[in-house]
Amino acid sequence: MLMKKNYRSERHVPAKDIEACGLFGVMNIEGQKFGALKAIEAIKNIKVRGNGLGGGFAVYGLYPDYKDYYALHIMFQNKDIKAKERTEDFLGEHFEIIFDEEIPTNPQVSLFCPPLVWRYFVAPKKGEAEQAIPDDEYVTSRVMYINSHIEDAYVFSSGKDMGVFKGVGFPEEIAAYFMLDGLYEGYIWTVHSRFPTNTPGWWGGAHPFSILDWTVVHNGEISSYGTNRRFLEMYDYYCTLHTDTEVMAYAVDLLMRRQGLPIEIVAKIFAPSMWDIIEHLPEKEKKLYATLRTVYAPLLMNGPFTVIVAHHHEMFGLTDRIRLRPITAGAKDGFVFLSSEEAAIRHVCPDLDLVWTPQGGEPVVVRLNSKDHLKSLNKSI
Amino acid sequence: MYSYLLPEFAIERNEDRCIHCRVCERQCATDVHYYDAEMDKMFFREEACVGCQRCAVFCPTNALFIWPHPAEYRPNSSWNREKLQDLKKQAETGGVILTGSGNDKPYRIYWDHLVLNASQVTNPSIDPLREPMELKTFLGRKPDNLEIEFNKGEVKIKSELYSNVSITTPIVFSAMSYGAISYQAYKSLAMAAKKFGTLFNTGEGGLPLNMRKEYGCSAIVQCASGRFGVDPEYLNAACAIEIKIGQGAKPGIGGHLPGEKVSENIAVTRMIPQGTDALSPAPQHDIYSIEDLSMLIYALKEATNYEKPVSVKIAAVHNVAAIASGIVRAGADIVAIDGLRGGTGAAPKAIRDNVGIPLELALAAVDKRLREEGIRNKCSILAAGGIRCSADVMKAIALGADAVYIGTAALVAMGCTLCQKCYTGKCTWGICTQDPYLSKRLNPEITSQRLTNLLRGWSYEIKEMLGGMGINAIESLRGNREHLRGVGLAEWELDVLGVKGAGE
Repeated sequence: MLMKKNYRSERHVPAKDIEACGLFGVMNIEGQKFGALKAIEAIKNIKVRGNGLGGGFAVYGLYPDYKDYYALHIMFQNKDIKAKERTEDFLGEHFEIIFDEEIPTNPQVSLFCPPLVWRYFVAPKKGEAEQAIPDDEYVTSRVMYINSHIEDAYVFSSGKDMGVFKGVGFPEEIAAYFMLDGLYEGYIWTVHSRFPTNTPGWWGGAHPFSILDWTVVHNGEISSYGTNRRFLEMYDYYCTLHTDTEVMAYAVDLLMRRQGLPIEIVAKIFAPSMWDIIEHLPEKEKKLYATLRTVYAPLLMNGPFTVIVAHHHEMFGLTDRIRLRPITAGAKDGFVFLSSEEAAIRHVCPDLDLVWTPQGGEPVVVRLNSKDHLKSLNKSI
Repeated sequence: MYSYLLPEFAIERNEDRCIHCRVCERQCATDVHYYDAEMDKMFFREEACVGCQRCAVFCPTNALFIWPHPAEYRPNSSWNREKLQDLKKQAETGGVILTGSGNDKPYRIYWDHLVLNASQVTNPSIDPLREPMELKTFLGRKPDNLEIEFNKGEVKIKSELYSNVSITTPIVFSAMSYGAISYQAYKSLAMAAKKFGTLFNTGEGGLPLNMRKEYGCSAIVQCASGRFGVDPEYLNAACAIEIKIGQGAKPGIGGHLPGEKVSENIAVTRMIPQGTDALSPAPQHDIYSIEDLSMLIYALKEATNYEKPVSVKIAAVHNVAAIASGIVRAGADIVAIDGLRGGTGAAPKAIRDNVGIPLELALAAVDKRLREEGIRNKCSILAAGGIRCSADVMKAIALGADAVYIGTAALVAMGCTLCQKCYTGKCTWGICTQDPYLSKRLNPEITSQRLTNLLRGWSYEIKEMLGGMGINAIESLRGNREHLRGVGLAEWELDVLGVKGAGE
């Protein structure tokens, strides 16, 4: 992922995958935890947006007993025990392993080639020279190492008090396999149903896509992929999965985690207003938006996309600048919903207080103990 | 006239159609046609014809036909007619063979081996007649990131920003100096650039005082090895400054404007005595290395209060990527790369036809190198040399250019027919000449309209092609090689271009 592969020429970089997807996310802004049922039922309702080649869930507030430790969900392809041994040697060298276990699965659910999936709760074990490295960077680079250097091992997620469950199958099958309904609770659930057009299913390739506690579920086909990818390479992000989601996730990581920009600004980078609109803004805003567009022109995500990004305390949805992919938001009591389809939201919450369709490029930002999501309501269609 | 040479062009006059109006005689700048009053008949001297076709298109009865002379020596792939004629010319004069416009040799034109992408099913194409389609482009250095400060709902940009120039379409008129081209042609470019919201480039001949107020804001002013017309007012009148190191048509050599062309107004503009030769040395004599270039870049920035981006124009040569990287590190805000097929008013033929590398390969290599070094955002890339149509513009941008320079295409829009005799000063189209009888043939009002028409037409076509790809802002095509595929190219060529073969 962040490891550079040396291609003789850029033309040997594999072509990107093309896929369409269904998305759903729900958050309780009071921080109350709830089970998987809402997410499972909603995504089942938009089954047509997936084709059974990938589904997955991200859950926040998942491991309150171990919330100070990085929770690593790691899959071992073909249930390769050797890969597990190599991974554990590596983990032992770089981390204190507080607790580990196999993630329980339901043997009665039969899926395509399930891997062995294990979870580890770890704390960084830094050498003297590494003391200055922030924990997050330390963990990120070790995760990248496992993904790129240990054959048959792949890290699903690596954040604290959260986790990703994903695989090849319809999302409700993945949920049944990992027994999400009943075993787990969280205050944010996002879910993804995948419709790839040109790749065979691989458990690691399903979504959500995750770095630390950041997860991305995404629907769309970004026509600016090449421009975005090559810009990110300048910041040492090397795409290895060759999907639009990967590009989106790295861009989020660069702008939000590394450069510290809030989503309200990042939305204006991914899906900026037209120049005609910018030119008619008040002078201060005009300068800000024009500068953002000029400096971050290579991160404009052109073409149709909808994305739901989550990390602790925050979930947001965004659709492209001319709204070529749908996104709908809904709210009822403490729950805020985001989905590619209104039907999915209504299916799990028939008596919504509010439901709205945000403008292209207008983020719906759902924050813990805040009503920020209502800002987009005022600008909705 | 040379002796013992076959004429380059054959002329046929249909006597039944000819009405002896003598238009051809008045239009020809090389005295090909003449009228014999006693015989009441038109005659011609074929050997003087340059094939500019001015007489043929002005003939009211379409009585004239000009075509390449059919006479041939014994066919020989190696010792072809052009080689033989050149040898004979040199045997007669002992001189350097001069020529004008760009390289006309059959080097591979990569544009013609690259095809563009379009959206089908998985991604909707966008209709530019119904949806906004943005071509606005900014030339100049961009910071690595933006630091933004939030204070009680107020958002403030903390990072230092660099000056950028905005253009409405990614097409800029290439450097053509007043002196090389006529005042009328020069002014036409300035007027068209201003009207359309793009830029023209003064070349190294200065910017006439009377044009500064009105057209300075659309001008890139050049600072070349002869330093003609350069003073602080000149630099500050412009919106960007270009240091000319090299030119695609003649990498490694300078220029020579003969004294006969240095009229009073040109002399004032260039700040040299009237009638003296304007000689541009091959190198800039204060730039013998990269750190010298850096000093000149910063001297120009100091002189203009860091308000104008500084461009450095180089010819595409073998190690162009490393040179471009050095230029960016030396502080340039724009790198202009002029390829093998770039045009000129005058160059030794041996150099025009044999020195430099094709723009497409150079551009791909430069863009790749700057990205690998993480400095691509520190500069804009202007690609020049052989951009013939809107599709070439698209392909150049997909290979990594921010915008393109067009020279020859603009000249053709003004009337040029690429007869390659620019260096003779006898341009019948009134472009590359200082002869008032010829230059008054261009009316800047009309010619500038032709140029804006060209920009408009290309811009529409670019919007259509972008929309087809599912892209609605030109910046999303920049360096997006995924939207290019090669056809009929060898492995190494695809590798250099960083483009997959069609079907790959």
